[in-house]
Amino acid sequence: MRSRNVYLLIFILALFGFALWSVVPLDRNVLGRDGLRLGLDLAGGSYLVYQADVSDIEPDNRDEIMEGVKGVIERRINALGITEPVVQLQKQEGEYNIAIQLPGIADIKKAKETVGLFAVLEFREQDEAGNWTPATGVVTVNGEEKELILSSRYFKENTIPTVDQTTGKPLLIFYWDEIGQQLSKQITTRLLGKPLAIFLGDELIMAPTVKGVIEDRGQIENLSLADAQELSRLLNAGRIDVPLGRWVEGEFEPSVPLYERTVDATLGQDSIQKSILAAGIGIALLLIFMILYYRLPGLVACLSLAVYGAVLLAIFKLVPITLTLPGLAGFIVSLGMAVDANVLIFERMKEELRGGRSVGAAAEAGFNRAWTAIRDSNITTFIACIVLFWLGGTLGALMVRGFALILFIGVALSMFTAIVVTRTFLRLIIGSQVVTNLSAYGVTPSQIVRNAK
Amino acid sequence: MIDFVGRKQWFFLISLILVVIGIISLVISQIQVGAPLRLGTDFTGGTSMILQFSPADNLEVSWRDFQSKLREEMAELGYAEATIQNAGEGNFIIHTREITPEEARELAEKLGEDLDFQVEITDYYLVSGTVAAKTTRNAVIAVIIAAVAMMFYIVWAFRRMPSPFRWGTCAVIALIHNVFIIIGIFSFLGWFAGVEIDALFITGLLAVVGYSINNTVVVFDRIRENVSRYIRPDFAETVNDSLIDTLGRCLNTALTTFFVLLAMLLFGGATIHYFVLVLLLGVIIGTYSSICIASPLLVVWERREWRALLPFTKRTA
Repeated sequence: MRSRNVYLLIFILALFGFALWSVVPLDRNVLGRDGLRLGLDLAGGSYLVYQADVSDIEPDNRDEIMEGVKGVIERRINALGITEPVVQLQKQEGEYNIAIQLPGIADIKKAKETVGLFAVLEFREQDEAGNWTPATGVVTVNGEEKELILSSRYFKENTIPTVDQTTGKPLLIFYWDEIGQQLSKQITTRLLGKPLAIFLGDELIMAPTVKGVIEDRGQIENLSLADAQELSRLLNAGRIDVPLGRWVEGEFEPSVPLYERTVDATLGQDSIQKSILAAGIGIALLLIFMILYYRLPGLVACLSLAVYGAVLLAIFKLVPITLTLPGLAGFIVSLGMAVDANVLIFERMKEELRGGRSVGAAAEAGFNRAWTAIRDSNITTFIACIVLFWLGGTLGALMVRGFALILFIGVALSMFTAIVVTRTFLRLIIGSQVVTNLSAYGVTPSQIVRNAK
Repeated sequence: MIDFVGRKQWFFLISLILVVIGIISLVISQIQVGAPLRLGTDFTGGTSMILQFSPADNLEVSWRDFQSKLREEMAELGYAEATIQNAGEGNFIIHTREITPEEARELAEKLGEDLDFQVEITDYYLVSGTVAAKTTRNAVIAVIIAAVAMMFYIVWAFRRMPSPFRWGTCAVIALIHNVFIIIGIFSFLGWFAGVEIDALFITGLLAVVGYSINNTVVVFDRIRENVSRYIRPDFAETVNDSLIDTLGRCLNTALTTFFVLLAMLLFGGATIHYFVLVLLLGVIIGTYSSICIASPLLVVWERREWRALLPFTKRTA
């Protein structure tokens, strides 16, 4: 029993040490993470949600195409040089939404323009000076001769990443439609042995060399399988026009977001400073109260809350979990629950002491008896968190989910600290018999006599 | 020893009064605002933004007077339907019809010029009407699902007690009581001070649901324990003993959470001001209801003294 507690203590100290090491200082690079990831209400930034008009796409292809659209937008946003943008594809009740988080961006207008661009991939060739210029050809459409640029518009169907049966190497196979065939034939004849580049906007995706004249069917070789899949997605997204915007009463409004939120970075910093200061004051009061009211166990609770705080912060940093203002409130509520678990145990312990039990027996009884209350009450909180997280996707965008997630993690961790950390500390202190005076546990001898009557 | 169970009529009366006041407030709000609660951007769609005004000459400003000036100015510029909330220290939350970021900037500049204030848009928020309708639906579903799921969990947790369904029902009645009182208070704030409810309000409400159930379960857990090991024949006395046993814990937990939340309400940022208020009210009302409503209700049900629910009936002690 004793040695088990010592092992537990070593484990707790190691955990605490690791947590402290990874969060102090906060911007130390640990496992590739430096600093906490702050939500836009704290760091400033923009959040945009667009609906996709998928009415032109066959239902079976929608998932695939929308993945491609997401990839295209990701590339464009990354090209703007924003740190840590997040692009998500949300599928709800048959609708596809693209959600974009842009932390700390100043020029939201540019970002919106970029998103609104059509996702066509253009083919380009090199002129004598080595500059890339659009690869064009002349085709006859409806009896008229036109000079057209070869682009992903002219794919006949979706490209398929596959593996060459003979060489075992990944390939990307594509088919041109009628216009594409004419253009491709002219261009590949001209560029035989020269590179033909694929561009998204002004970004060069790749520049394979033309190895033969391509009419209706072509293939791109020398790709890794991951690259082939990525390229296929981009090309497929560029094949069909998927406008982003929103639906209003059955009408599609292109380029207008469903949701848009922009928070000024200074407001964010202001609220983070104020809220952290406020939470700090509150927590300090809480700790003082615990020590004054529960004495030695109160002090033990403060130590275990320190472990709780450090481990929670380390989880926020390393997972990472986006911290928002509601998330901070979720943390406060979970801290309340962590204190609650300790209070439940100590109240129980006091009662047992008053009943005349020894300190050791009272502590054990306190933990055992308080467990059912801690378990049952926290499970109801988990239920609330799960419901919130489940429905949070549409409820007020990011904020609700952040709150639910942080509350859930906080409450789960609070059960661990109360049951394992506080218990181990208390057992070791009691076992070592350093403190035997009952008043240190908040019970006076007279109370024991009175209650024993 | 305090006799909580014996005073149950008084507690029921207090709660009844609070609920009736809440209903009156909802009705007043329906008449004045057109909805029982003043609905924010998340539920109605449109644009809301936080405008931060700072006086050009650093003088003391009465923000209350400024708010009415701002309202007049907004009406003159064609935004008569806008709601304006004072979020403290020169921050005003303005909710109006859908306008683009560019239009918002123009509006802010015009307001700053006309009122001779420096003005900045610190938070711009646009929600399309279609999402808003979905949000409203989901909010209602969320609260109902959470309440039902919790009731089933309590029924399961108290399955060894006689009639576990009763425990679950009492806990959920206390929970609905809490939610209703908070809704009543926010309805009052809505027509009195222009406070709007948003998605965070629903989040806060669900946290309160979790918290109040949490509290009730702790008390019920003690009753469960005392019933199973006690020799006291009277259920009412057992319940009262359990309340006394858990009183220290309930008050301490409430107090500690209260400290931190109060600090955040007083010193925290403007964006979560009312969210923290929901949590704070939830802590107070949740603690009250688990001691004074949920547990006495168990006794009433056990003894089938339904008349005891009505105030001023004779005490059957």
